[in-house]
Amino acid sequence: MIIAALSGFGAALAAPLLHRWLPRWAGWLCALVPLSLFSFFGAQVGAVASGRTIRAAYEWIPSLGVDLSFSLDGLSLLFVLIISGIGVLVVVYASSYLRGHHHLGRFYGLILAFMAAMISTVLAGDLITLFVFWELTGLCSYLLIGFDHGRMAARKAALQALLVTGAGGLALLAGFILLGQAAGSTDLAEIFQRGELVRGHALYLPILFLVLAGAFTKSAQFPFHFWLPGAMEAPTPVSAYLHSATMVKLGIYLLARLSPVLGGTDAWFWSVTLAGGVTMVAGGALALLRSDLKQILAYSTVSALGILTLLLGLHTPAAATAAMVFLLVHALYKSALFLAAGAVDHGAGTRDLGRLGGLARVMPWVAAGSGLAALSMAGVPPLVGFIAKELLYEAKLQAPLAAGFVTVAGFIGNALTVAVAVLVGYLPFFGRGTDPDLHHHRVEPLLWFPPLVPALLGFVIGIFPGLAGRWLLEPAVAMVRGASVPVELALWHGVTPVLLLGAATVATGVGIALVRETVLRRLPLGDGAGWGPERGYGLLLKGMLALAERQTRMLQNGRLRYYLMTVVGTAAFLMAVAIFRSGEFPRQLPRPDGGLHEWFAAGVIMAGALTAATTTSRLAAVAGLGAVGYGVALVYILFGAPDLAMTQFCIETLSIVLFVLVLYRLPRFSLLSRPAGRVRDILVACSIGGFMTVLVLLAVSQTLVPHISSYFLAHSLPAGHGRNVVNVILVDFRALDTLGEITVLAVAALGVYGLMKARNREEG
Amino acid sequence: MQSLFLATAVRLLLPLLLLFSLFLLLRGHNEPGGGFVGGLVAAAAFVLHSLSHGVAGARRVLRVEPRHLVAVGLLTALVSGLLPLAMGLPFLSGIWSILPVPVIGHGGTPILFDIGVYLVVAGMALMIVFSLMEE
Repeated sequence: MIIAALSGFGAALAAPLLHRWLPRWAGWLCALVPLSLFSFFGAQVGAVASGRTIRAAYEWIPSLGVDLSFSLDGLSLLFVLIISGIGVLVVVYASSYLRGHHHLGRFYGLILAFMAAMISTVLAGDLITLFVFWELTGLCSYLLIGFDHGRMAARKAALQALLVTGAGGLALLAGFILLGQAAGSTDLAEIFQRGELVRGHALYLPILFLVLAGAFTKSAQFPFHFWLPGAMEAPTPVSAYLHSATMVKLGIYLLARLSPVLGGTDAWFWSVTLAGGVTMVAGGALALLRSDLKQILAYSTVSALGILTLLLGLHTPAAATAAMVFLLVHALYKSALFLAAGAVDHGAGTRDLGRLGGLARVMPWVAAGSGLAALSMAGVPPLVGFIAKELLYEAKLQAPLAAGFVTVAGFIGNALTVAVAVLVGYLPFFGRGTDPDLHHHRVEPLLWFPPLVPALLGFVIGIFPGLAGRWLLEPAVAMVRGASVPVELALWHGVTPVLLLGAATVATGVGIALVRETVLRRLPLGDGAGWGPERGYGLLLKGMLALAERQTRMLQNGRLRYYLMTVVGTAAFLMAVAIFRSGEFPRQLPRPDGGLHEWFAAGVIMAGALTAATTTSRLAAVAGLGAVGYGVALVYILFGAPDLAMTQFCIETLSIVLFVLVLYRLPRFSLLSRPAGRVRDILVACSIGGFMTVLVLLAVSQTLVPHISSYFLAHSLPAGHGRNVVNVILVDFRALDTLGEITVLAVAALGVYGLMKARNREEG
Repeated sequence: MQSLFLATAVRLLLPLLLLFSLFLLLRGHNEPGGGFVGGLVAAAAFVLHSLSHGVAGARRVLRVEPRHLVAVGLLTALVSGLLPLAMGLPFLSGIWSILPVPVIGHGGTPILFDIGVYLVVAGMALMIVFSLMEE
């Protein structure tokens, strides 16, 4: 199963090449990946429905108890089937929709990687695994939304989506870490068994709110809803995939997945239900204010996500059932509508509702798919949407708290949904178009077939609801509830309050759609971009950029001596703090008892340093520094470190050569610093020198535990096969450090090389 | 900096210094030396050559681009770390030949790693010096 979960990433790597070699067949070949995943996981339906959970784990970070583990149960199976099933349609559709696009190969790769990330997220059996893939979906969606990276709007929308969901992701990571601590494990199966423990834990509220922040940003709940309509800058196949079926539902998935652990408390009820309710109504209302087909669909997705969140907040068996049914229903009708909207855009050249109309004659199949999906969305029998709506009302009427309020909000939200269904499913195809200049043409089969499939599926499931209920939805609901709940779906329950509510909803919705045009014309509304949370996001972003710029100017002023002074000064300050706090000072100065040659070495070093500090000639300063270096090398030799001495000699020689080469190009030396500056320099230099001396004296007077050096001495020959301990440490015991260091060297050299090349080009 | 003495001396010194640097590299595991010093000595030899014969002359003698040295060196070090992975050992653990090789003693991946260090260090120093001198 690990292979199945990760295969999409491999396919994603191969996809661009595939497209280069076989441009005609790449789309079909790429569609084989989700298709085979769909059939692989589809074959598990029987096993999962009988209550089995299929697990596969690979030890990942054993020291933290983190596994790369996947588990397939009812809930993840439902999601995986939706993701891979719609994935097939989207890839096939994209091969026609984006035909001739010069980045089509990249598109296949991205969308397959995205699919693999989502499948891995919903299959994850471990919090950390889940988080890694969760963030990966965010990254992939960033690349997909910004796919047309030549356009500013696309880049901006992509960045917005990344920042909002990324910030939520960080909160989620914190929440997961706390949750792992509270439950004592990051394994989801173990966490489920400790639900009581977690809910009673002192960290419960922080965990809840951090996790909710992650889920709400991903699923575009109020007040984070604004990124989703912005993300409509993506190509339509992406919108259909990201925003109907899959990624935005990951937040819902997370809520559903963790509801047995975190759910059922008052805090859960109020926060989740309230966020869902507000999102549901606001999304529906905002949808009606738009005239762009995709924007309307995006806001209605926001509204649908609100409905799902609200249901999960209620935390009753009926609500869980309704949520799972509606999840499937929404995935079916919204993917159909999005794909149809893309076909309309392709065929008519516009997505503006004010201009579209009467398209049913030119694109009958698109109209059929769209109409069926819209009927399902409106909840008209015998489509599956009707069943979902009945369940929604039933769950709301039985809400444990504030049932009346929830039902009224649900009524408004559903009525708005119906109105949206009329707008997107009826008007473009059967309405009277207002634009006589609209040029439309027929669309090819690959554009109308994919939207028709989910729409028809909604019809079939509506006629035979028992099949889906028994095999697909019941295992999922059981996972959400943590206990088995019988799911019996039927079209006809007799004349019940729920049925009457549904009928009233449809009537109200159609009414809203009819008066929408007139009301909109009267309302002095702008495009709504100037207010609301999006404005807050804009201000925050601007403020952060300004702050970053200021601190960059302050810290990276481009003057080497200030950098040096900052580094050296900070080091001296920290050392001083540490020394004074420890309260230990060297009791006595070591007696100077060296031989003549040692005094000579010390003399060379001091003379060199003095020359470097006082001379007015650059060359003399360099020579002075060189003398210091050679003197230190001499000391190394005297104290038996030939390795170090050799290296020091070489480095010193080479750096003098470098210095001379650089100095050669500098302007003539003149005394530029003022007396105050010189005093400051002297102070900084003396303090670092002084504290360094104290530190060395302290280190000498301590008897260190000879733990490490004796270990290396003892193990150098038997384990490292070398008698030169220094070298064995470098290339064997601490080889990873060395690898890091030579990488840094290589990067630094490349940097110098690049700088010089750039300068030469500028001058030449 | 045209000096006949220096130019003549360098011609003799260059092979000697290079030989010495290789010697340092290979004996490093048991005696003072190693890839880092070896690389520096090799770089110093070519820098000396470039001081007397110019950068173009030094490049002719060197025959390869310094940045290719860096790249090959990094790759060599990396490969020496990846080889153990293929045998199921952790990254960068040493694999040793059972039979001793003359001069080096037991051969193994740490020697390979040291060669990588040697190449990176020499290439890096030459890259910087050459690009500064050519400006």
